[in-house]
Amino acid sequence: MDDPKVILSAKGITKSFPGVTALEDVDFSLRRGEIHALMGENGAGKSTLIKIITGVEHADRGTLEYDGRQIEVHSPLHAQQIGISTVYQEVNLCTNISVAENIMLGREPQTWFGAIHWRKMNRLAADALHRLGIDIDVTRPLGSYSVAIQQMVAIARSLEISSAQVLILDEPTSSLDVHETRQLFDVMLRLKEQGIGIIFITHFLDQVYQVADRITVLRNGRLVGTYPTEMLPRIQLIASMLGRSSTDLEEVSRVKFHRETTPQNGKLLELHGLGRKGSLEPIDLELRSSEVVGIAGLLGSGRTEMANLIFGIDSPDLGFMTIEEKKVTRFSPLESINAGVGLCPENRKEEGIVGDMTLRENIILALQARLGWFKHLSHARQDEIASHFIQVLGIVTPSADQLVKNLSGGNQQKVILARWLATNPQVLILDEPTRGIDVGAKAEIQRLVLELAEEGKSCIFISSELEEVMRCSHRIVVLRDRKKAAEFPGNVDDETIMKTMAGNL
Amino acid sequence: MASQTDVFSPTRAEHLWLRVRPFLLNNGPLLITILVFILGYTLAGLVYPNMQKPQVFFNLFINNASLLIISIGMTFVVLLKGIDLSVASVLALTTIASAVLLKNGMSPALVIPLMLLMGITFGFVMGSIHHYLKVESFIVTLMGSFFARGMGAIISNLSVTINDPFYRALALTQIPIPLIPKAYVYPYSIVAIVLLLVAIYLAFFTRFGRTVYAIGNNEQSAMLMGLPVARTKIIVYSFSGFCSALAGIVFSISLSSGYGYYAPAMEMDAIASVVMGGTLLTGGVGNVIGTLFGVLINGTIISILQFNGTLSSWWTKIAVGVLTLAFIGIQSTFYSRRKRVG
Amino acid sequence: MKKSPFFKQIRESRLFWPVVALGLIFLFDAIYAPDFFKIGVLDGHLYGNLIVVLNDGAPLALVAMGMTLVIATGGVDLSVGAVIAISAAMGAVLINPALGNQLITNDILTANKTNTPLGIIILADLAAGTLCGLWNGFLVSRARIQPMVATLILMVAGRGIAQLITNGQIMTIYYTPYFWFGNGFILGLPVSVYIVGVVLLLATLLVRKTSIGMFIEAVGLNPKSTFYSGINEKNIKLFAYTFCGFCGAIAGLILSSYVKSADANNIGLSYELDAILAVAIGGTSMQGGRFSLSASVVGALVIWAFTLTMYTVGVPADALKAAKALLVLVVILMYSNQARTLLTRLAERKGAQHGIAD
Repeated sequence: MDDPKVILSAKGITKSFPGVTALEDVDFSLRRGEIHALMGENGAGKSTLIKIITGVEHADRGTLEYDGRQIEVHSPLHAQQIGISTVYQEVNLCTNISVAENIMLGREPQTWFGAIHWRKMNRLAADALHRLGIDIDVTRPLGSYSVAIQQMVAIARSLEISSAQVLILDEPTSSLDVHETRQLFDVMLRLKEQGIGIIFITHFLDQVYQVADRITVLRNGRLVGTYPTEMLPRIQLIASMLGRSSTDLEEVSRVKFHRETTPQNGKLLELHGLGRKGSLEPIDLELRSSEVVGIAGLLGSGRTEMANLIFGIDSPDLGFMTIEEKKVTRFSPLESINAGVGLCPENRKEEGIVGDMTLRENIILALQARLGWFKHLSHARQDEIASHFIQVLGIVTPSADQLVKNLSGGNQQKVILARWLATNPQVLILDEPTRGIDVGAKAEIQRLVLELAEEGKSCIFISSELEEVMRCSHRIVVLRDRKKAAEFPGNVDDETIMKTMAGNL
Repeated sequence: MASQTDVFSPTRAEHLWLRVRPFLLNNGPLLITILVFILGYTLAGLVYPNMQKPQVFFNLFINNASLLIISIGMTFVVLLKGIDLSVASVLALTTIASAVLLKNGMSPALVIPLMLLMGITFGFVMGSIHHYLKVESFIVTLMGSFFARGMGAIISNLSVTINDPFYRALALTQIPIPLIPKAYVYPYSIVAIVLLLVAIYLAFFTRFGRTVYAIGNNEQSAMLMGLPVARTKIIVYSFSGFCSALAGIVFSISLSSGYGYYAPAMEMDAIASVVMGGTLLTGGVGNVIGTLFGVLINGTIISILQFNGTLSSWWTKIAVGVLTLAFIGIQSTFYSRRKRVG
Repeated sequence: MKKSPFFKQIRESRLFWPVVALGLIFLFDAIYAPDFFKIGVLDGHLYGNLIVVLNDGAPLALVAMGMTLVIATGGVDLSVGAVIAISAAMGAVLINPALGNQLITNDILTANKTNTPLGIIILADLAAGTLCGLWNGFLVSRARIQPMVATLILMVAGRGIAQLITNGQIMTIYYTPYFWFGNGFILGLPVSVYIVGVVLLLATLLVRKTSIGMFIEAVGLNPKSTFYSGINEKNIKLFAYTFCGFCGAIAGLILSSYVKSADANNIGLSYELDAILAVAIGGTSMQGGRFSLSASVVGALVIWAFTLTMYTVGVPADALKAAKALLVLVVILMYSNQARTLLTRLAERKGAQHGIAD
């Protein structure tokens, strides 16, 4: 373990949040002059690990070592002072001041009376960027440049101001085009040569294989392993991210398999080339009643974008959609509710629950939205609905008047499910319904989806866990690069799906 | 005045367009403010020939010296994405406190520093509450405003005349404007202009100033960039308190009296001036030079009303309100344009 | 240490803290100014400090109700004072028997007459205020201007508009039926108390017996989730600001009736801070969310009880502003999470030091 090349190492990191263990006994090490990809699906624990390394969160157990010394990181600022800098997809700089200021502020050259030596500062900033192979006008405001440039500026700042030895790039390429990505990689390789250790987080597999030296895979808060890139074929990487040989299998296997036959009922929902510039390429999809269509695809494959488009969070600018043969003309959540569509959003905390409201209110929210301002459900009726769903879904709570933020993740998810079931939808879109919840609740939610289908409702089931998608779906659509890559019957084997997800091998 | 508008001949403008365009997009609101002022003043001069006298123009700097001073402090607060509703009350408190102290025989050499210190303390306390207790700035400063008015009333409920010879001298000394006959300003106009220059220096040439801009754009980022967020914010509120006290001294000199109810709702004029000067109430965008022109526009409106004689004073408020709204609209279009072009 | 559920229920009620505050003020009065509680009967109606609290507090209570809904959506309305002035100006102008700039003799002007039927005056008042609220709501919900800025515009221009309506004069009202709203009595109690009662009742019914109240709270607590649940957050905000304007209009009616004049510059001055303070005392978070109209009304009464108590113990009227500012500070400290965490952190540090010492 005492590899002299190691600049940063984390040992036995454990972190739990109320109701969920985010990281369990995770080891991680980064060498000088290495690009180390950190991989895992949503909820795998990547961001928690990064937050602990950068001092946003503090580990319950485990130690961090930097340059051979044990360290304790108090805050992101402290991390920077130590030499650990992070560049996020959303750049943490100020867009209104000039590029030069963004790079130099805090250590700017001064003349008399503490005045900034603008010319010198601009020159130093231009030099710093030049060393990264970027030549731009540093006097213009940062906001007038593309995100790619802004990221380079952020990198330049961390090298210039805090002389960083560890650089964390968190999804830097998500909003970059091919050329910009290439540019970023050039910079990364340059820094690597200078002996800087880079942690690279991305969901683009191609990019990992282009630049990474080693890959660490996390799943469900546990370390799957750290591998040299050439030792880990793409298909195996996906398998380890998605957890083909799940240890949860026994617990979940109580869920019955229902996907032998695809129901041949009437079409409920059809997408005809539905798409939106910059978020989803035109897509065709049909959904019959009593059918569960699973959506498989890695993070960033367009699965959430598709869900948001169908539900009317965003309006499409291409193609059209029909519900029960009727063309949908106006896209908004309320129109969707009226048409019998519901969406359990991916981000439960920000888009799903209203944490400071009671369970009862959370459950009736969408139903009440459909009824409007004046057809108010009486308190008694609300209680009736709430207790009905508490019972049916097995929500564990002292009472219907409990604040939802005090419930566990699984129960919160059930509350959102209840919110939609209360509107009696024909189509239910579930975006990552089992993310970050415990195994028992997972199994229950999967069973529920199948029960719903038996009752004649149809579901679009989106999940990062391939196994889960395969178990619940009658049909599986694979998305890749914001496009529909393929469609399979429910009894397809996981190998085929993973190959499709991985794309060109 | 008018000659400034056609600095670029059409052919040169074509040549320069590529370079000028980003400059225009960056400084558009400021240029519009200056243009509005020049056009407004020129038109007013045509309609009311008396306004063509140079002294009328310089009167803007005499009558609006204290407004300019508090607006400068306000500009920094607004750049931080905050607001300071206490400026007028602190100004009034300063007038009455200094009048009473002078009446009791205290020397101006002591009174003036004491007042400035009081203003700074006021701002310091409000800034600390705002930053550390995370109370929104308008609530804290509204509270400060009440406190200052109340204290003013406690000191004296009546207007107190100032007979101090030093104050008198300051109030009566005319400083002639070079090259322009019969035109003059008072010493406190010079104070306001000096403060403006200091503010420009602070805003554009010091780390402090740039940090203010950074915080106004994104406080979280500024914090992560390692900039001293807490210190800068508190200094800015203290500076605004200092400006209010300074404006109070100017006010008491120009009126030779102190009164706890002076300058009612002057904070609104200051905010309007700042907004008309092209500073975004959402923080991070704008500058002090614009504020000068905002104040001048404000003063021009009042001058027009005075020269017209039949228009009533309330049109000032309505005009200022409408202009404020218009400038908010102009700013947001410019801002979105700049983003798109970028 | 087990608390009975009954006690807990009382403690968790939104009215608990405002009522405690009111109780503390009364306790103070009972010790230092027992005269405060004296209630007499004069001309068949009650009088005394408590009645004055109710009567003087009525306009503030109304404005506080409107402000409550606005703050609950996560916004703020700084223009309520200006709205009061506009509504008062409308009333005064419509009463004035000689409209406009025409030359008139004093006895026409001071006659106990009106130019417009009282019903229409009231409707015009309410319409003017509601329109102001609608304008604010439009700026906030449709033009997406941040609430403080949007309402600041009307705060600046509103008093100018009021002066425009009254042609810059301080209009004295001589039409006696108009006095009834601010000075009249029904069954011994001031009319304004009944107005507050009726508005409170209707507003409570409106927000609690429909879904509006819940939607307002949802918008204030988590606008994104609310949008995902199919609720039109724009219309909710529009409603809140419009209601606030409506409440301001009634307050303007009562205030101008009470002082028998409309002074566009001074009527309803600083009502915005008082209203925000009343809402804060009523326990509604400045970030939005849960609200209680009646708690805010009690908050308004707390402010007026405090004001009158200060008068009774001899604090001059002007110094009162300073005292009120301190009250705001106390309320801020009481409800501020930061203040609480700061205190606990200090306590923890002390504890930690003890730990080391041990």
